[in-house]
Amino acid sequence: MNAPPLRILIVDDEAPARARLRDLIGDISAELPAIVVGEAQDGLAALEALQQVAADVALVDIRMPRLDGIGLAQQLAARPGAPAVIFVTAYDQYAVRAFELSAVDYLLKPVRAGRLLEALKKLPSGAVDAPTLRRLQPEGRHHLTSSERGRLLLVPLAEIVYLKAELKYVTARTRARDYLVEEALTALEQEFAERFVRVHRSCLVAREAIAGCERETGPDGETRWVILLKDFSEKLPVSRRQWPQLKALLQQE
Amino acid sequence: MFSIRQNQELTRLPDFGNIGVWLRALLAVNLGAVLAAVAANRVLAQLPAEFTMLAAAVEPPLIASLALLYALRRTLERASPRLAAALVIAVAAAASVAFETLLAPLQGAAALPAALARATFWAVVASWLLLEYFSARARLHSPALAEARLMALTARIRPHFLFNALNAVLSLIRSEPRRAEAAIEELADLFRVLMQENRDLLPLSQEIALARKYLDLERLRLGERLQVKWDIEACPPDALVPPLMLQPLLENAVYHGIEPAEQPAEIVVRFTRRGEQLLIELSNPTVAGSGDHPGNRMAQDNIRERLALYFDLEASLEVELRDSRYLVRITMPYRAGVAA
Repeated sequence: MNAPPLRILIVDDEAPARARLRDLIGDISAELPAIVVGEAQDGLAALEALQQVAADVALVDIRMPRLDGIGLAQQLAARPGAPAVIFVTAYDQYAVRAFELSAVDYLLKPVRAGRLLEALKKLPSGAVDAPTLRRLQPEGRHHLTSSERGRLLLVPLAEIVYLKAELKYVTARTRARDYLVEEALTALEQEFAERFVRVHRSCLVAREAIAGCERETGPDGETRWVILLKDFSEKLPVSRRQWPQLKALLQQE
Repeated sequence: MFSIRQNQELTRLPDFGNIGVWLRALLAVNLGAVLAAVAANRVLAQLPAEFTMLAAAVEPPLIASLALLYALRRTLERASPRLAAALVIAVAAAASVAFETLLAPLQGAAALPAALARATFWAVVASWLLLEYFSARARLHSPALAEARLMALTARIRPHFLFNALNAVLSLIRSEPRRAEAAIEELADLFRVLMQENRDLLPLSQEIALARKYLDLERLRLGERLQVKWDIEACPPDALVPPLMLQPLLENAVYHGIEPAEQPAEIVVRFTRRGEQLLIELSNPTVAGSGDHPGNRMAQDNIRERLALYFDLEASLEVELRDSRYLVRITMPYRAGVAA
């Protein structure tokens, strides 16, 4: 008969704001049993916390360092089993307009106990939907994440030169280094069609990074086309299947 | 009686000590010279030369007149508006005649009565038009209007700050009631100043005290993340500044330089006096990915406009990016306050 308590993750960069939410969750516990399973000071810390604990809902501030609330919601949307998100904001006309348009529930700071209770009772199921995310951030995600020795790293999309599928993982190559990304290449191709173009079954290249192309004789003696990159000596082979499309693209520019 | 007083107010002379008045007079007279040169021009290729001739003829008497009027400004202030205007016109005419007389021998001829009459005529017309222009400008920026604009411009604070501050104070009430009390008192002080009729220039020390209150409130929620370095040794604390100028700039710096930063970051505020100028520099680190915000521009435009209302062209606000820091620099005339 007793439902398990609601598991809540609090995400806010300001310690007093987190403390206040914790107090309020305590205040309403008689009516809605809930426990705070974790606190995080920004979006990236929240993603890390969620690798350790499961939560039913995340109370998410919008303005935060590193990965902000909207960025966090975007990352969560790409993950299975992610908690529902309730946004909390002091004042953000732009975001509030988007929430209203999408009928997404949100809390205004200072948060009231009654309002919090109401929002937690009619919890949305699962992540924020794609149209809402687009409204909040029309240009989409700004980062991919990469897990490294238990820590999460943000990989800014703008720095990625190419994405290459290798065995189980996708490697994101930036000017500085390689990152392992746990997302499928086809999904990335769809999500970032404007930024990347497929040159091979296992490779997407940033349109901006393409310098040109040339013909090359491969190790098997066959000639093939390769893509030249700006400021990069590496050459990326183009598959026969992708060549006509790429040729058209290169001629356009 | 009231209407007479008002009339006097409206026909008052421009301040000949103000560089803006000089620039406007120079600009207007040169524009007149351009128009005259274009009107008299027959061969297009000679236009630049003709204009240069004309400008060379009108500029020395103009500058001499302005300098004379600057020297005479105390006398002019005491005279009735009509008499003062007549004096200004007379000075301009006298300067033109004097230059014409001096320059005529250089061109190989004695000053002709016709040339002198022409110089007098144009000097009178030009100075009369300029006086009309300045009095129209003064009407447009009449004290009542300027005051209303100042009021509208100062009464602004970001809701973002208010609601975050209230939220932080609420969180303290249970755990640290005394700190919460102190915070509400500071919030009250801050808003009292924000809602006052802020018209007169204030001593810098008062501006700094207010800014510190604001920063204390921000520190409540941001804690160690907010670091501020004050560099005010090189500036007399009695310098007068427009009220509520520092706080909006600090608010911008917190919003763009501290809130999005992962590590504690430092805002640097520096005041320097350089001769007759007061230099205010405020900088914050830039954070990659947090682009320009319209609110930022709004606060700066607001301050720029207020500086113009107080100091006309003698004050400026510039923004630059240097060594990945965002720097706002305000230059204004140094005015010493009366020792309180």
